[in-house]
Amino acid sequence: MSSRFTIVALLVLPFIVHGSVRPHQELRDIFYGEILYHAYQDDYFEAISHLDTELGQYKALDEPALDSFHWHRGQAEFAVGDLELYYRMHQRAGRAIEAVLADNVSESERNEAAFRLARLYYRKQDYINALHSIELIKGEVPEKFRSDETFLRAQIYVSVGKFSDAIKLLKDLKGEKSYRGYIEYNLAMAYLQNAQTDQAVAMLDELGRVSTDDEAVLALKDKGNLKLATYYVDKGDAASAAKYYSRIRLDGPFSNSALLGAGWVEVAQDRFDRALVHWTLLHDREQTNLAVQEAMMAVPFAYSKLDVHGKAAIMYGRAMDVFASEIDSLDASIKSIREGKFLAALLDKKAEQDKNWVVNLRQLPDSPETRYIMELLAAHDFQESLKNYKDLAELDQHLTTWLDSLPVYEDIIELRRRYYEPLLPKIEKEFKKIDSRMRLRIEQRDRLNERIQSLLVLRRPEYLATADERAAMDLLAKMKVDLEANPQLATEEILYRMERLSGVLDWRINLEFDERLTEAYRNLKDLDGVIDDLNKQYRAFVRTRQAATQSYEGYTIPIQRLRTHLNQTQQKLERIMARQGKVLEQMAINELELRRSRLEEYQIKARFALAESYDRATKQQEKKMLEEAAAAVSSVANEKAAP
Amino acid sequence: MQSHAQKILRYSLYIVFLAFLSFSAGAGDVSREQIKGLDEQVQDIKKDVLDLSSELARLEEKLLFPSNTQVSLFISMNKGDDFRLDSVQLKLDEKVVAQHLYTFRELEALQLGGVQRLYIGNISTGKHELVVSYTGKASAGGEYTRSGSYQVTKDVGPKFVEVKIAGPDSTEQDIKFRDW
Repeated sequence: MSSRFTIVALLVLPFIVHGSVRPHQELRDIFYGEILYHAYQDDYFEAISHLDTELGQYKALDEPALDSFHWHRGQAEFAVGDLELYYRMHQRAGRAIEAVLADNVSESERNEAAFRLARLYYRKQDYINALHSIELIKGEVPEKFRSDETFLRAQIYVSVGKFSDAIKLLKDLKGEKSYRGYIEYNLAMAYLQNAQTDQAVAMLDELGRVSTDDEAVLALKDKGNLKLATYYVDKGDAASAAKYYSRIRLDGPFSNSALLGAGWVEVAQDRFDRALVHWTLLHDREQTNLAVQEAMMAVPFAYSKLDVHGKAAIMYGRAMDVFASEIDSLDASIKSIREGKFLAALLDKKAEQDKNWVVNLRQLPDSPETRYIMELLAAHDFQESLKNYKDLAELDQHLTTWLDSLPVYEDIIELRRRYYEPLLPKIEKEFKKIDSRMRLRIEQRDRLNERIQSLLVLRRPEYLATADERAAMDLLAKMKVDLEANPQLATEEILYRMERLSGVLDWRINLEFDERLTEAYRNLKDLDGVIDDLNKQYRAFVRTRQAATQSYEGYTIPIQRLRTHLNQTQQKLERIMARQGKVLEQMAINELELRRSRLEEYQIKARFALAESYDRATKQQEKKMLEEAAAAVSSVANEKAAP
Repeated sequence: MQSHAQKILRYSLYIVFLAFLSFSAGAGDVSREQIKGLDEQVQDIKKDVLDLSSELARLEEKLLFPSNTQVSLFISMNKGDDFRLDSVQLKLDEKVVAQHLYTFRELEALQLGGVQRLYIGNISTGKHELVVSYTGKASAGGEYTRSGSYQVTKDVGPKFVEVKIAGPDSTEQDIKFRDW
């Protein structure tokens, strides 16, 4: 088997939607809903920023179980890892998931965390750690990610060379609708790696005949057919290769390669006219495409083989013109990239209006800096670097906006200071007066309460005498003292009347003691209500005074610190962005120079071929003329010989 | 008879074709280590900016929307409601405080269960009148406009009110208000 067929065993994986970010339950926390709103729009920066804040606040609570975020905590721990992964923060995503694993969680949660960690390592192409993580899964795998887990496990097994195990898993998974096409393709690749070529071919053949209208599966179907066709090209079996090329759609992503290959397999069978059918179709497509450029050489080649040398010469000449123009265009692109226009075009806002920004780049106005952008995007490293560059530009914009906001905040603070500072001393003075009066009243209330409490233990009816009664008792006591000082005035009648009045007072106070105690208690409660109202007003006043003070105090240092951090971070970010930009430019220039050298090679070949075709056409012409002359001579001779 | 030059051309074109089959854009002088190293630096700076974002959010909330006066109004939809919401207007005490025109992605996020904080501001404690109006297109194509009002009672703490809106095909009532 050809080495190319075996080494191009790259596994393909389907697009996975926002896994745990999707709520599996009713929304119980409004802020979690807000995080989802950002996540669903792929606005990962905002989503992570909000989620970080929520998790931070939640963890700082004394009783987090009472907070509504508690209902989404488990989901949020996973979501933060997922969102970081989508935002290409693999290191932090890994730490977030490892934190879940280290926590005292249920088996189901542990399994989910292990699965996510394995997926993360797999994407980072760290297959050993991916294997280690997936093997942490114990017991029954939850239904919601069972097939995802099996598929991932199979992919990891292929990557670490456990092909037989991968084949077994993938065979078991066959029929799983969400992985239709992917299973067949990966199974074929696993067979290949395991030196089971016949099974691989059969599997690719099965995939190549699948009936579907799913665009992703159709692309896989084309890819499978292309793989098989390439395999048969390598084996020298042109007829089989032609069969698989013919299955590939003419409007799919592999159609150019298929048309080019289909032409070559016809050539291998010396059917140049049929090769022209495929190549002519290809010839008129986008001239920046590699297959189209090759077709420009292949078409005149086929014509020359059909002895149509004149047409071949013309087409070689046209190809040379196209190549020259393409080389000029490449030179202009390289120059434009070196002038920094490429990076500016990549950040074009028009292309970013929705999540298909990569596709939208296609619609950018044709200019030297963007002409080859779609070709460049075919390379994974370039695409990842471009995403990083765009993320950095977005972060830079955030930092600039925040830095611009700080002076506005300082203005607000200054305005508040100017308004509140003259008012606060007067308010403070009044507040102190009210405060001391309130304290006095509260102390009085407390003393009253103490007295009532003591009356419950020790009965003292005189404590509950009314003011009039107390005045009468005081008067009687005074009269008694006066009479003792002047005994000649103390007649029996007076003493009797005083005794009687004192007895009446004692009788009434004692008789009404319980009733009066209850009344006193009720009054104390009413007083408590009034004091509570006063306390509320007092607290509201304290809060308002505090809010007024806090609205302008205590911001100077935090704002200064933030400004320093923002400036430092922006400087650091701009350095990284410049480096990332240089890498992108270098990748683009390298790629374009590679293309340029290919075109120069084509040009040399076309020049020789043109000369050859021209020569042959001329000879053909001469031969034709000689034949015509000979025919004419022969005709004249015949006429002369005639009687 | 095939000339020597044609044989060479055919051979070289075929070789180019084989090279084409395995052709992929190369990174040239840019090494994998360089790309990986830069990627790690990008991840680090993302973390720094996210931390700053949280710090700034805390500062903004304290400075601009202190809890004793803060009010936040959220918009949500019933999951899966295919009503094509075009715009929402919020009036608080007869004053328009927010107006929003929805993009397709925002609408999709609402239909999936996301909740949009459409307004954050400051009000005094006590009762306030909230009026919500929205327009959109029903699945049948007709214009659909509704409005509803709610009394917002602001206490000492921050106030959060969710406004859940529904289209004509929904079994739920047009507008539902919820205090959080």
